[in-house]
Amino acid sequence: MQNQKLAKKLMKKSKTARYERFGHLLSLSALLLIMAIVLGIIVFVASKGLATFFKDGISVKDFFTGTLWNPGTKTPGGHQAVGALPMIVGSFLVTILAALLATPFAIGTAVYMTEISPKRGAKILQPVTELLVGIPSVVYGFIGLSVVVPFVRNTFGGSGFGILSGTFVLFVMILPTIVSMTVDSLRGGSRFYRQASLALGATKWQTIWKVVLRAATPGILTAVVFGMARAFGEALAVQMVIGNAALMPQNLTSPASTLTSVLTAGMGNTVMGSLQNDALWSLALVLLVMSLLFNLLVHMIGRKGAFKK
Amino acid sequence: MNRTQKQSRFAIACLKAVAGFVVVILAFLIGYIFITGLPNISWHFLTSPAKAFNAGGGIGIQLFNSFYLLVLAMLISLPIALGAAIYLNVYAKDNWFTSMIKTSIEILSSLPSVVVGLFGFLLFVVQFNYGFSIISGALTLTIFNLPLLTRNIEDSLSNVPDDQRQGGLGLGLSKYETIIHIVVPASLPGIISGIILCSGRVFGEAAALIYTAGQSAPALNFADWNPFNIDSPLSPLRPAETLAVHIWKINSEGIMPDLTQVSSGSAAVLVLAILIFNLSARFIGRKVFERMTSVK
Repeated sequence: MQNQKLAKKLMKKSKTARYERFGHLLSLSALLLIMAIVLGIIVFVASKGLATFFKDGISVKDFFTGTLWNPGTKTPGGHQAVGALPMIVGSFLVTILAALLATPFAIGTAVYMTEISPKRGAKILQPVTELLVGIPSVVYGFIGLSVVVPFVRNTFGGSGFGILSGTFVLFVMILPTIVSMTVDSLRGGSRFYRQASLALGATKWQTIWKVVLRAATPGILTAVVFGMARAFGEALAVQMVIGNAALMPQNLTSPASTLTSVLTAGMGNTVMGSLQNDALWSLALVLLVMSLLFNLLVHMIGRKGAFKK
Repeated sequence: MNRTQKQSRFAIACLKAVAGFVVVILAFLIGYIFITGLPNISWHFLTSPAKAFNAGGGIGIQLFNSFYLLVLAMLISLPIALGAAIYLNVYAKDNWFTSMIKTSIEILSSLPSVVVGLFGFLLFVVQFNYGFSIISGALTLTIFNLPLLTRNIEDSLSNVPDDQRQGGLGLGLSKYETIIHIVVPASLPGIISGIILCSGRVFGEAAALIYTAGQSAPALNFADWNPFNIDSPLSPLRPAETLAVHIWKINSEGIMPDLTQVSSGSAAVLVLAILIFNLSARFIGRKVFERMTSVK
């Protein structure tokens, strides 16, 4: 009898082991919750976004190549007017232009902060870029509205609202992001590369150009892709300055729109389940897929671009 | 001086010019926000309710909403993020499951905030029928906040030296007890800094809130602190426009005559708040560290 009791006691898990199991499960469930959220977002947005094609019978080709966006009405050709091309072109244009503009400036600034004047870089530029990374996008939008739009209007003519203003606002917005990530990757490079290069008689510029920047290339590319992802997904700042006309952009100063601007402006005015609403969800799906692609790109850069010996 | 040296001099001068130009842009940006905004900030502006048609409106309710949403979102997301970070730090093995988890956290952190907002709209506002409300907004902000907060906490957990863990395990503590009683307290300064930095991001977020917390700020009765009354400031079911949403809203469709003053004042308050969050993240983190370790 006594032995059985003892055996039972010994076979039972100790208090610590039970506590450990509890903790393990608790932390695992927190993690599974996050995964469920990610999965939920993808499934929800995809099911809503695909309804345009399956439920409302819009052809995928019309959606991606049509240039007339006015869901609920018909084009002159008799198709539903859900051509998302103007928004897709708008989104890509502002993103690519802003990245093209911001990258050289960001790399120059980052090199200055790490290689040329590290002291001033760490004391003044570092805190300022950190603050600017954190500035909310509506503030950028407001400044765009009160400074950039009038500037574009007075310099290039037109209303001032358009791709160009959007580009300038996004340029300033992603600049601090790219700078701070590039600085991180430049600092990550080994000190010995620099010393070896200088010891071989290379000038400072040759060292920067051929050694420091080369070693940091994957990091810089990642920084640029992050900047582009931020620009592509930015909603309010762009929406405030781009003019919100769902037309193919004729030139850089004509009012245009992006995926995000149409979404923010339109979602409140449509009824759930209607074609107008489903079409907006399809735009959200395009945004989601693009964000996944940017993620994939970052992964590929990380895996393939590493400095090979 | 030979050719390469000249080239080097020239290139470095160019780099300095580029950096100088960027500094000018950044300085202009911050200067513009504060110079146009600060003169519009007064006690009256910070405390009185907004006016839709007349001049002289304030941002009192919006400011309160921003802080209330921030606190709620942090209260909900902190335990989840802490749990997830503990799992990643202690239990996660180097296998496909872990890399899948890490990828999905990365995906969540890089999702455009407007997509997160639309998901919140679909799930909380429509599906759960919470309507445009504080609770919808807080839950959406939680989703927006989770990936970054998890990563910040995980970083500060992994900064704790391994000796500490080995000490705990050597004394016969379980992994969970080690992390809860030794590693988490040791990384508290980093965790607190991380929380404050995330707060700054949440505080300024607008795109995720437009269709979840709503775009209207009904009058509140600040004498009534019963959360079950709809005009109480604490009521979780009332619509709540935050400061960031307010700036967007009045610039898109506002018609008050002092629109520019109100927006520039609100922008300055927002940036000032972010600045305070950034500075206090460093300061409080250091203070907690000094208090805990008696390093001075």
